[in-house]
Amino acid sequence: MYISLTNRPGGSEGTPKGPKAANRVSSVVISLGVVSMLTDISSESVAAILPLYVTGVLGLSTVAYGILDGLYQGVSAIVRIGGGWVADLGDQPKWVAFFGYGLSAIARIGLLFASGFGALTAVLTADRLGKGIRTAPRDSLITAASQPQNLAASFGMHRALDNTGAAIGPLLAFIILSIIPNGFSTVFMVSVTFALVGVAVLGIIVPNRRSNTRARSTEDITETEDIAETTVEPRAARRRNRWRELNNPGLKRLLIVAGILGLLTIGDGFIYLVLQSRSSFAAQFFPLLYVGTNVAFLAFAVPIGRLADRFGRARTFVLGHGLLLAAYVSATLPITGAAITIVCLILLGAYYAATDGILSVLATQFTTSETRATAIAAAQTVVAIARFISAAGFGILWFAIGREWSMTVVSIGIAIAIPIVAVILRGARRYRADV
Amino acid sequence: MTPRQRILLLTAISVVALIVVVAFGGVAYLQSQAERNAPSAVAVTPVTSFAGARIEFRNTAFGADFGRVASVSLDDPAGERSVSRQVCDRVYSTSKLTMCLKTDAGIVTTWSALQTGSQEQNWSLPGVPSRTRISADSQLVAETSFVTGVSYAAVGFATETIIATAAGESYGNIERFTLLVDGVQMTAADRNIWGVTFTDDDRHFYATAATGGSTWLVRGDLVDRTLTSVHDDVECPSLSPDGTRIAFKKNGGSFSAPDWHIAVLDLQTMSETVVSDKHSVDDQVEWLDDSTLLYGLPRADVVGDSDIWSVPADGSAPPTVLIQHAWSPSVVRP
Repeated sequence: MYISLTNRPGGSEGTPKGPKAANRVSSVVISLGVVSMLTDISSESVAAILPLYVTGVLGLSTVAYGILDGLYQGVSAIVRIGGGWVADLGDQPKWVAFFGYGLSAIARIGLLFASGFGALTAVLTADRLGKGIRTAPRDSLITAASQPQNLAASFGMHRALDNTGAAIGPLLAFIILSIIPNGFSTVFMVSVTFALVGVAVLGIIVPNRRSNTRARSTEDITETEDIAETTVEPRAARRRNRWRELNNPGLKRLLIVAGILGLLTIGDGFIYLVLQSRSSFAAQFFPLLYVGTNVAFLAFAVPIGRLADRFGRARTFVLGHGLLLAAYVSATLPITGAAITIVCLILLGAYYAATDGILSVLATQFTTSETRATAIAAAQTVVAIARFISAAGFGILWFAIGREWSMTVVSIGIAIAIPIVAVILRGARRYRADV
Repeated sequence: MTPRQRILLLTAISVVALIVVVAFGGVAYLQSQAERNAPSAVAVTPVTSFAGARIEFRNTAFGADFGRVASVSLDDPAGERSVSRQVCDRVYSTSKLTMCLKTDAGIVTTWSALQTGSQEQNWSLPGVPSRTRISADSQLVAETSFVTGVSYAAVGFATETIIATAAGESYGNIERFTLLVDGVQMTAADRNIWGVTFTDDDRHFYATAATGGSTWLVRGDLVDRTLTSVHDDVECPSLSPDGTRIAFKKNGGSFSAPDWHIAVLDLQTMSETVVSDKHSVDDQVEWLDDSTLLYGLPRADVVGDSDIWSVPADGSAPPTVLIQHAWSPSVVRP
């Protein structure tokens, strides 16, 4: 079997070797990070001002905004699997990702013209569809371009750049609005431009790192100068294996673990509401709490990624949920004031740094390069669905037993789950070693 | 393409993009400056305070006074308006107090509620302002805002409605009051309360309660901290000055594609009259007197501008524009 980290196309001709080079993040990963950064500046600048625009300028109702918001957050999970699967099927992760980024960028042009609820819904749906499509192929490209020994650090670098965009976007939008009152069209124009430049960086700079043998025999070999081959197998066998590989016990265990932990993740919004109700500092800066989390995420992404490469990715992923537990506890503690709010946001950011990119790394560890994007998409979809269920369930708990008690219940749940999932994932590692 | 050509191409694209954005932003900036420095589109008189029987509102005429609190005489609503310096998104006044919900724009954009007049206080809002009211005797104030800015979250639509005494004692978010619908306590997660209107006893009020796509008119009690359902499908209630009727917006469409018509509920007979279905109205109605309703309506053709319309409370005549370029009316009788 070839389910092994050393089979990653990393230590190949095109990439520099040696202990120093091993710690360096590939320029392809940096390029993908820049694409994500530009795209996040684009999407977060719009997301930040959307409530103002919808309620204040379009004159739409509160209810309409709520539906829009739910749509905005939820649509992408549906198409994730499809995006990953198509990327693997055609062995064209770059162009599937390109299609996803391009769809979002083109959809944003619609914002300049959308004037009603229906039009806005269509635009935002197309935007989120694009996000769903691109995520897994993009993570697959990161894996293909990275050295196996610094895979988590590579993902960390990508997520750091990504979140830099998420932090810049809202600030940029608000700066524009403070200079140009009612300058919503300028914000939309800036958003479209950042998205298009992001797509251009992806299309022009990032090589299409195909992972399958077919790439060898096509003219693509010149475009992807440093392509590496690991699995030399007849195509028919590959196709047969594709779904079987996805069905391997290691990946199944990862999906179960991701599902369990996802069910115990209650959504940042609820945590922000708890902070808001307890601290006047959090109440005053409520609209910016998520920016604080993004900043912490970007600060921790690379160091925690490096740590994970040495200390173990699965271990980091599981223990990262200890940071989430600490964030819940800090939000529930009977202490008020600015300090506890900041501590909670830092813990949340660190939790994302220890889990978000690492989940994709783990998914690639339990599958072959041919089903990589599908496996990443599967893991991300499980998390998205589990979190959706969790948000609905937690909402009921929230009002049934009160916010402090429901936070306590979930905290206890996580504390119990962490050792259990550690055992499940250790089993997965053992299975892999046996093969 | 060689790597060098790729870099050149990308640089060219980026430079073009930068030029387009700067040009677009520059034009938008110059336009907004021209608008801001232009004399107001309607005649105005700058004042420091308002007097007499009047309608106070948010001025939406483009020009230097856009967004400022303005006032017209009750005798001549179409006449020249007085304009103060205060900028508000949503405003409500009595003879003693003014509640102003405003955006504090900047690199860190936040929102706040500001109470001015004989007693003063202010507090931060968790998102975009929506409604505000003051009791007729100026003892109680209320505001509703959206809970926004929660990106990456699954909270969805949420409002926060605060009631406080004018002296500064807050009852907190009244969402935490016990909600009873047809005698059964509702504990659903997605319940939201908005659009407070006060009775004259400084204890009871009416508001909208919503959960799971249904809305109710609820009667609130500040002493017992309860909200009790009175009627179905009522949003943004507004109690008539004589306390016998509630004007509200009734949804003739679906929850996701609302079509709101102004209606009046008689609290004695609990019978409803739809006053007008001329257009979909998203506002909390204000009573001009016991027989006339006022509401704001955004202009279809101009983004950011709106008018205040009036309509007889019995629906005997179609709505007409009362004050052009205006929003968020309150009737003030000293």
